[in-house]
Amino acid sequence: MTASVNTISTQSAEARNAGDVVLDVSDLSVAFPTEEGVVKAVSNLTYQARLGRTLAIVGESGSGKSVSSMAVLGLHNPKRTQITGSIKLDGIELVGAPASTFQKIRSTKAAMVFQDPQSSLHPFHKVGKQIAEAYQAHNKVSKQVAMKRAVEMLDLVGIPNPQRRANSYPHEFSGGMRQRAMIALGLVNNPKLLIADEPTTALDVTVQAQILDLVNDLQKEFGSAVILITHDLAVVAETADDILVMYAGRGVEKGSAKEVLAQPSHPYTYGLLQSLPSHSEDLEELRAIKGTPPSLLNLPSGCSFHPRCEFKSQVEGDACWTQLPAWRPTPGLHNREIRCHLADPVATLKHDEEAR
Amino acid sequence: MLTYILRRLALALSVILATLVSAFLLFFAGPSDPAQAMCPETRCNATRLAAITKSIGLDKPLTVQFFDYFKGLFFGRDFVYAGDTVHCGAPCLGFSFVTRRSVNEELFTRFPNTIVLALMAAVVFVTVGVTLGIIAAVRRGSATDRGLVGASQVLGSIPYYVLALLVALYPVILWNVLPQYSSISAGVGPYFMGMLAPALILGFVTSASYVRYTRNSMIETLSMDYIRTARSKGISERTVLYKHGFRAAMSPIATILGLDIAALLTGTLITEQIFGVDGIGRRGLAALKAFDLPVIMGTVLIGAVVVVFMNLVVDIAYSFIDPRVRLS
Repeated sequence: MTASVNTISTQSAEARNAGDVVLDVSDLSVAFPTEEGVVKAVSNLTYQARLGRTLAIVGESGSGKSVSSMAVLGLHNPKRTQITGSIKLDGIELVGAPASTFQKIRSTKAAMVFQDPQSSLHPFHKVGKQIAEAYQAHNKVSKQVAMKRAVEMLDLVGIPNPQRRANSYPHEFSGGMRQRAMIALGLVNNPKLLIADEPTTALDVTVQAQILDLVNDLQKEFGSAVILITHDLAVVAETADDILVMYAGRGVEKGSAKEVLAQPSHPYTYGLLQSLPSHSEDLEELRAIKGTPPSLLNLPSGCSFHPRCEFKSQVEGDACWTQLPAWRPTPGLHNREIRCHLADPVATLKHDEEAR
Repeated sequence: MLTYILRRLALALSVILATLVSAFLLFFAGPSDPAQAMCPETRCNATRLAAITKSIGLDKPLTVQFFDYFKGLFFGRDFVYAGDTVHCGAPCLGFSFVTRRSVNEELFTRFPNTIVLALMAAVVFVTVGVTLGIIAAVRRGSATDRGLVGASQVLGSIPYYVLALLVALYPVILWNVLPQYSSISAGVGPYFMGMLAPALILGFVTSASYVRYTRNSMIETLSMDYIRTARSKGISERTVLYKHGFRAAMSPIATILGLDIAALLTGTLITEQIFGVDGIGRRGLAALKAFDLPVIMGTVLIGAVVVVFMNLVVDIAYSFIDPRVRLS
């Protein structure tokens, strides 16, 4: 298996330096005009993904995690989507780029592994052919060569007897194997960026860990950047280097994944972590964040989180509902940024935790 | 696969038999008297009526008639007609009460006309309906889409016989643009040319519903996750639409198509009647009017066989289209 890894990896002529920014998203907004009004799915989002690192994008359903990533691959219907800001993938500006640009970068520079491998593979086409198709789309090779490559990829992602399995249909695979095949499809053109959109949500728990390990291992071998979209903080703890917490289409906290999980500095991140069973004492009820995520049709004024925030009384004046907080370094923490009006969020949250 | 087909055939046979038995009993349960229908109105008397009844075998008890019919169907039977004994080999459908000709001959000479008409129409509605449906789906929400959907709704809401009559009247009879129906004995060319008008109108009107089926199926397919995956590979939109979308969108259409062709084969009644096509629909209608039991039973048998057979064809075809369907 190692041999095949080497042959695949060396096919990339460009040098890959860990830490290089491969995806630079800045001030990205994605909106869907509907009959009821404009759905602001993503508002002024800024983040970077770096080679050799895993960025976790975390948030509740509807926080804009998937929408922002799908914009990278141009998977929104351009007629029904308004996209502004900038998405630079390996130096190529993608906002407003023509369909031909997206066709070129898909699979070669950025690839995506979707949530439900059951519905994401074509039920009528053989697995090997589906992978070979992506390879052939970007390399002038014969069907046989593309198929050989597909078999290599299936071997690489740990599918036993890949030669035979390449000729199977997706329904003949188990859930975990389907997701392995999706990863093989994602990596077949050795992209610099792999976006995994809740890759383990549809899988059972024992398989989840295997898939995450696989993604981690392959990332080391390919040296690519990985964006892991998830709402599962346990997954983040295991796999991510960096984290971006999103709420209602905006980023609210970013930093190193381990540090953010150990010491959240935004009330929303804090609330998310408090709602996890492992963070609660025995016999104590879980603390859910009160209220529900806001409607993206009609975002709250000021900080979108203020209607649900327990700490807004500790901000002087009416800043929470009149002013959108800007990104700023968290006071007292290194390498951490938040969007929050609290003067000393670390102290405020620490005080709250001690009080219970 | 073989056991599957054998089991399906056994099932098919029982369905056909049940249909025949029901049709037979329905005929006797109804207020029908073929002898009365055949008896000349002015000169009809009791003796004459009895003689006619006896000559067509309706004087025998129901059970005997029933037994005779099914015996003829499987083993053939002998008929005594005007002193001569005529053997009618299996599957013997009997002799028409009215024309005194063999039902097998009556129907099997006409069935090809219905088949030709139905298949020509099917070619028209599949090509036109599916092509326009795909165009509408791909350009969903555009003026083209709205125009096609609107037109198919208008076409679908006008009674079919009105449209068929208009076509029969204007292009065929008054303007002479399209030739009239002529039997195959007048030559192959004129025969197919004559089928053109009825096949075109039947095909076009049926295509209206295929535009909508195809459009809906294609739109649904294009919203599937695997289409998004296909797009994310960096293949052309054309390949996404036709290699990934089209085949999946067509699988539900295959079912409807099989059943529609079966329905047409059992008698394109209105079309045959309006354009004078000598098919089994038209012959069946005439038999129904005259209480001509053997011919009615014959058309019922052909109908049942066609429907059951097309269902089997659809199921087998499905297993080729969709690998998830296993025949067992």
